[in-house]
Amino acid sequence: MSNKQWIRITPMHNIPLREGRSVTVAGREIAIFNLGDHVLAVDGRCPHKGGPLAEGIVTGSTVVCPLHAWKISLETGSVTKPDANPACVATYRTRIESGIVLIEIPEPSKKIQETPLSCGEQNRAALGDSPSPSPGL
Amino acid sequence: MMPRLVVVGNGMAGVACVEQILKHAPKFEITIFGDETHVNYNRILLSSVLAGEKAADEIQLNGLEWYEKHGIELRLGVRITDVAAERKTVTGDDGSITSFNKLLIATGSTPLIPPMDGVKKEGVFVFRNLDDTRALLDRAAPGKKAVVIGGGLLGLEAARGLQVQGCDVTVVHLMDTLMERQLDLTGGSYLKAKMECLGVKVLLERNTTAILGNGKAEGVAFKDGSSVEADFVVIAAGIRPNVELGRKAGLQVNRGIVVNDYMETSNPDVFAVGECVEHNGTCYGLVAPLFEQGKVLAATITGNRGPVYGGTVSAAKLKIMGVDVFSAGNFAEKAPGTDAVRYEDPALGIYKKLTMRDGKLAGVILVGDTSESHRYMDWLRSQTDLTAMRRRLLFPGPADDAGLDVAAMANSKVVCGCNGVTKGAIIHAVHQKGINTLAQLKDCTRASTGCGSCTEVCQQLLKAVAPEFQEEAKRSLCKCVPFPEDKLREILRSQRLRSVQEVLEIYGNGVGCEVCKPALSYMVDMLWCGDHDEDRSARFINDRVHANIQKDGTFSVVPRIRGGVTSAKELRRIADVAEKYKVPMVKITGSQRIDLLGVKKADLPQIWADLGMPSGQAYTKGVRMVKTCVGTDFCRFGVQDSTKAGIELERRLEHLYTPHKLKMGAVGCPRNCAEATVKDIGLVGQEGSWQVVVGGAAGKKVRKADLLITVESAEEALQAATLFFQYYRENANYLERTYDFVERKGIENVRRDTVYAPLAIQQGLRERLRKSKRISRDAWLEGDAPRHPTQFVQIEPLEEVQA
Repeated sequence: MSNKQWIRITPMHNIPLREGRSVTVAGREIAIFNLGDHVLAVDGRCPHKGGPLAEGIVTGSTVVCPLHAWKISLETGSVTKPDANPACVATYRTRIESGIVLIEIPEPSKKIQETPLSCGEQNRAALGDSPSPSPGL
Repeated sequence: MMPRLVVVGNGMAGVACVEQILKHAPKFEITIFGDETHVNYNRILLSSVLAGEKAADEIQLNGLEWYEKHGIELRLGVRITDVAAERKTVTGDDGSITSFNKLLIATGSTPLIPPMDGVKKEGVFVFRNLDDTRALLDRAAPGKKAVVIGGGLLGLEAARGLQVQGCDVTVVHLMDTLMERQLDLTGGSYLKAKMECLGVKVLLERNTTAILGNGKAEGVAFKDGSSVEADFVVIAAGIRPNVELGRKAGLQVNRGIVVNDYMETSNPDVFAVGECVEHNGTCYGLVAPLFEQGKVLAATITGNRGPVYGGTVSAAKLKIMGVDVFSAGNFAEKAPGTDAVRYEDPALGIYKKLTMRDGKLAGVILVGDTSESHRYMDWLRSQTDLTAMRRRLLFPGPADDAGLDVAAMANSKVVCGCNGVTKGAIIHAVHQKGINTLAQLKDCTRASTGCGSCTEVCQQLLKAVAPEFQEEAKRSLCKCVPFPEDKLREILRSQRLRSVQEVLEIYGNGVGCEVCKPALSYMVDMLWCGDHDEDRSARFINDRVHANIQKDGTFSVVPRIRGGVTSAKELRRIADVAEKYKVPMVKITGSQRIDLLGVKKADLPQIWADLGMPSGQAYTKGVRMVKTCVGTDFCRFGVQDSTKAGIELERRLEHLYTPHKLKMGAVGCPRNCAEATVKDIGLVGQEGSWQVVVGGAAGKKVRKADLLITVESAEEALQAATLFFQYYRENANYLERTYDFVERKGIENVRRDTVYAPLAIQQGLRERLRKSKRISRDAWLEGDAPRHPTQFVQIEPLEEVQA
């Protein structure tokens, strides 16, 4: 797939263990979380009322929105609480290279609106190809 | 005609055994002799009668109608003085001769009087039966000096009873530690401290040589030459089995009448049970063995010989309100292969020791908290292999498992040792009578009407089998950490857990959630007085950046303005900040503070620096503010300087965290302009005094605060307020406001545990508050020295990408 690219974001140590930080890349506000041996990244705003997910408490691989405690899976982007809620956020593939966090985002030429991803597609992408460090890149 | 069974002794052992015999098919005409003039009563509750907790008739076990119903001839006030074993007769002190086919000796024991002079003097008492208790009650009066000789179970219970009656009580003990048969030195010292806290004096290593006085007790003298004054003396130095009848019957007698595992003596027609017997070299002086022996004896004597008595794990529980002591098994730790597992907290007066041998429990000592005694007794009796539970020996299982214990218990197991009520009997009663409450269960089965130590188990049984049982449920913190918060506090303290993640990994699911993480964060901070491992990832965002998150993700900033008193200079700085950072809204709050709303996270450190004021903690579960009126400075009506008192209160408590937000108020007259009576803590000035009120609310709930205490000076009011403050910090559940906390505890109990608590308790609260305060600091100082490099910083990507 040529319409995606890996972006170097920040040294891993800038994100404390089990916390999130917000970063704006190519006009997208993305929340990145340090889960110890890996990082996960999702769109920065809660699908409920736009709460800043990077400020949420991390529980396992789920983040709890600080505004109204919606729970969002960082692996699939789906809302896990309230139950059976169809809303979701986009997820981004991540990897760590020489201590630097990288995120894969759609190519800049493609406008965000032009590459809408449905929840299902993102879920598959996130689950099917788990991020792993690849020093060769 | 059925053979005649003569029972000598109308005490707990004899009658309990007869009750068991009656459960078999009718075999005997029964005659019971009792040398006391009362029907059968619960001897272990005599100390409750002495302490005024129970009336004499409340401890009766079997009324006359019970004897009538079972056709039992009851001969009260007759002491059996002789037995003719060959002729099979007994002789009473009334001259009567009664023949028997079977004889049951249940003569119990008599007080042991150590060798000393003057024991015949007037004013020397023993404490063994109902008449002794009545005599003591007659003698006890406020201010009377009482000396109790003997620091064992009975002596201490007697001492407490007399002390409740107003006497000035001294316990004199021969050994170097109290209850040395049940407690080690450490346990003894905890117990001593507790007795002294209650106001009972304790003298150890005093060998009493004489009761002083001219015909009447006036004091006791010790071997070392010293003495103490006394208006009366109680000797409670132990008991001696009553074996004379056994000797006269020609039975084998050592210290007690010797019985085998079938409860048979050396004469096939004579039996013995209770404190007067010796089984396997042991004489028992406690209640549980009586029931076990009685059951075996009943089988043997009715021709159903089979069940055997294998001895009883000795267990003792001190029945003194507020002094919880439990001991069972062998607590000696010197034996090879024995480990002692200990937990102690001098401030709380809790000491626990388990002795372990080969992975099994050998003995247990509990002082200050005996809530788990039932579990340890089961482990002792069943000799469960505890290797897998080694980490958690001293801590309760998860709350959800509470029912498992009782489910695993055999139906035949005696739940209530005082009344011999089995689990099966309780379940039967619940099903047959539709019982739903503990009170109904008590009425129906008498379970838990004795010493009350089985109340917990009875409740668990009710919970398990009664369809509509309602109990005050102890909620566990959350699914991640399935323990009630009070248990968690105990666990964290004793296991010295200082970080949230450790707690989650050892006692929880390893992950935690938005409910338990902030709660545990508070708990470790509070328990270790600020000397914990702070983990910001477990904190809500407000406590990571010390500002209140708003709906758009911006923050609000409220500087501390103590007592709501500010200055032109301060206001000017606030105005400058508002302009410089283009603060969208500046608002006067309901708490006499100024709120700057709509601030970006990245601007927080610079705003704090420009303000030059400490954090007002308006974002956290902590000390919010003290709202004050103008007091005496300007007000025409003010009678107390509430402004000064309020500012001082705020200064003493600021920067500290609490289970929920804490709002305070101080008013200079009962007009209550600063609404102190609807605050968590309020100081209400009146002419010549201050009222300290707690548990008020004017939010989701509106509640008028309860009066904690009325004192003369502002300093005393501050002391009382801070005492309550720390008590709330230590005992409330997370997110429990004071108004719920005070209602849950009851204001009487709150008073008793704070302003009317023993000095040592008050000092403990103050010391821990002092330590927390010493370590605490203004959270906004992190603006200059962030805990993490990106705590307030917006991260920019290393690569530029065109949007």
